[in-house]
Amino acid sequence: MIAARIPREDALGARVLTVDPRAHTVGERTVPQLVELLTERDLLVVNDAATVPASLRARAQAVSYEFEVRLAGAPHPDDEALLDAVLFGPGDWRTPTEHRAPAPPLARGDLLTFHRAGVSHAFAATVHAVDATSPRLLTLRFDRTHAPLYRALYALGVPVQYSHLARPLAVWDVQTAYGARPWAVEAPSAGLPLRFRVLDALRARGVRVAAITHAAGLSSTGDPALDARLPLPERFDVQAATGALVCETRARGGRVVAVGTSTARALEGALRVVRSLDALALGVQGVTDLRLGAHTPRAVVDGLFTGLHEPTASHYALLQSFVPKGLLDRAYAHAEARGFLAHEFGDASLVLAA
Amino acid sequence: MVLDLSHAGALVTGASRGLGRALAEALVQRGARVVLVARDANTLGPVVEQLRARGGTAHAIVADVTDKDAVYGIVAAAEAAAGPLDVLVHNASALGPVPLRPLLDTDCEALEQVLATNLVGPFRISKVVAGAMAVRGRGLIAHISSDASVEGYPTWGPYGASKAAHDQLARVWDAELAPHGVRYVSLDPGEMRTQMHADAVPDADPRALADPRDVAEKIVTVLSHAHALAPSARLSAAELTRFARAHRVATETEYPA
Repeated sequence: MIAARIPREDALGARVLTVDPRAHTVGERTVPQLVELLTERDLLVVNDAATVPASLRARAQAVSYEFEVRLAGAPHPDDEALLDAVLFGPGDWRTPTEHRAPAPPLARGDLLTFHRAGVSHAFAATVHAVDATSPRLLTLRFDRTHAPLYRALYALGVPVQYSHLARPLAVWDVQTAYGARPWAVEAPSAGLPLRFRVLDALRARGVRVAAITHAAGLSSTGDPALDARLPLPERFDVQAATGALVCETRARGGRVVAVGTSTARALEGALRVVRSLDALALGVQGVTDLRLGAHTPRAVVDGLFTGLHEPTASHYALLQSFVPKGLLDRAYAHAEARGFLAHEFGDASLVLAA
Repeated sequence: MVLDLSHAGALVTGASRGLGRALAEALVQRGARVVLVARDANTLGPVVEQLRARGGTAHAIVADVTDKDAVYGIVAAAEAAAGPLDVLVHNASALGPVPLRPLLDTDCEALEQVLATNLVGPFRISKVVAGAMAVRGRGLIAHISSDASVEGYPTWGPYGASKAAHDQLARVWDAELAPHGVRYVSLDPGEMRTQMHADAVPDADPRALADPRDVAEKIVTVLSHAHALAPSARLSAAELTRFARAHRVATETEYPA
């Protein structure tokens, strides 16, 4: 499938590949037609994380060149000065990730400073920990937290992006219409087509809409061993009001449709923390290491609205938790043949049993 | 449903002095987690320190709300500090050049600058904050207005026009957001003893002006009971006083001291 190379002018122009895992059918719709596919008994859950400009230019003592640091998630819940990050070598997104120059070797205690030409918010972090298996995966302790940290990040950082794109992204290119809490380091891109014309129409139809917050992480590091571990553990927050709506929806036989794999992960991950669906109504926060796959039982999410991505191991595995492989292969072949666009600014898919 | 401010995240612009500062203090006093935004670190810093010294949850963001490139960072920083925002108060305002002058003496650039601060800047911030409120199904945005938006006061052209424009946007915002459980209201605080008023009317009699802290108390009562306001509500200073009085009594009845 061809990747969309720039954000759409009209987000609502995305096509939707519909997959019904019960009827074993594949079809096509438009985003506005989502209104016809959901009813007043259903609940659409979105990820309201804002996308942080998580790519930073960094320097370190004993490293003679400037290199790139990409944040991998939200602050650690127990210590908000700590954030995980992945190191990249010199260069930037224009080079395919797997061809990037090696990252510098850093050790616990090393000091990193972050800069951007023409910007006065320079800030710093020390290496708190280096992953035992992957030396590019670090935990950094920043020299500030909360508002001052995010002011600095937004002043110096640029959005994480990949070489399939035709131009540098601006921070507004990677935001959903409803994102606010700065937890995502890549756009929860399934939500990009869901502008308020669609959300308003869904509400008018009686479809309930609710939000969780999930720290959608990096989708690629260029290192096969590290990529095999994605998604890494990610912070989530299922607010009590959303948990209550989830319980109510399932109780009356409606469908819980997750917008994006990050939302599915948050909801299923939350249930594994509290063990019972009813307890979701009290709200759950934490960090989940759940990786959904073909054999993962799902107890919360019935349907998934997501983008069309390279069938990488983790994304395809997650989809197989909703759709048998044979049907999934058929759906992707259909999308390819019909010229659907892939990746974060591409078309969408809706996996939902009628 | 009464908005429980003791569990609310709130963002107040123009919060280093005057009504903005008083609103931030009144919200902090009720237990809200408040983010104060202003351009001048030297004025804002001590205000936030004082609130924290009294045990309140307050955070400072030094920023210019008219800077397009800063908007996402301001909201992200506010949410990082105070969690999801339940209340946004558009209080920061530009008067335009002082002394105030007739429209015939007003440069078009001055009008554009006032509109940038009082209308377009707040619009950008509202967009980011209201979207999140809408999918959470709750939230409140308040525009601090002025009767210069409804009366034809000589020399108050740019300011009055910008407030009138924001009043009108607020009416449309309210109509669009109400189905999502979010309200957008305009409130005229009346004339107050503030630096802004002194800049505009240097020879005003301070005894005729309200204390911004008293006005802030009224506004915070209104914010708590905003669900009871009519659709696309804009309260004049007199209506604000009456509404606050009626609902303060109601609150005291529900929660006796």
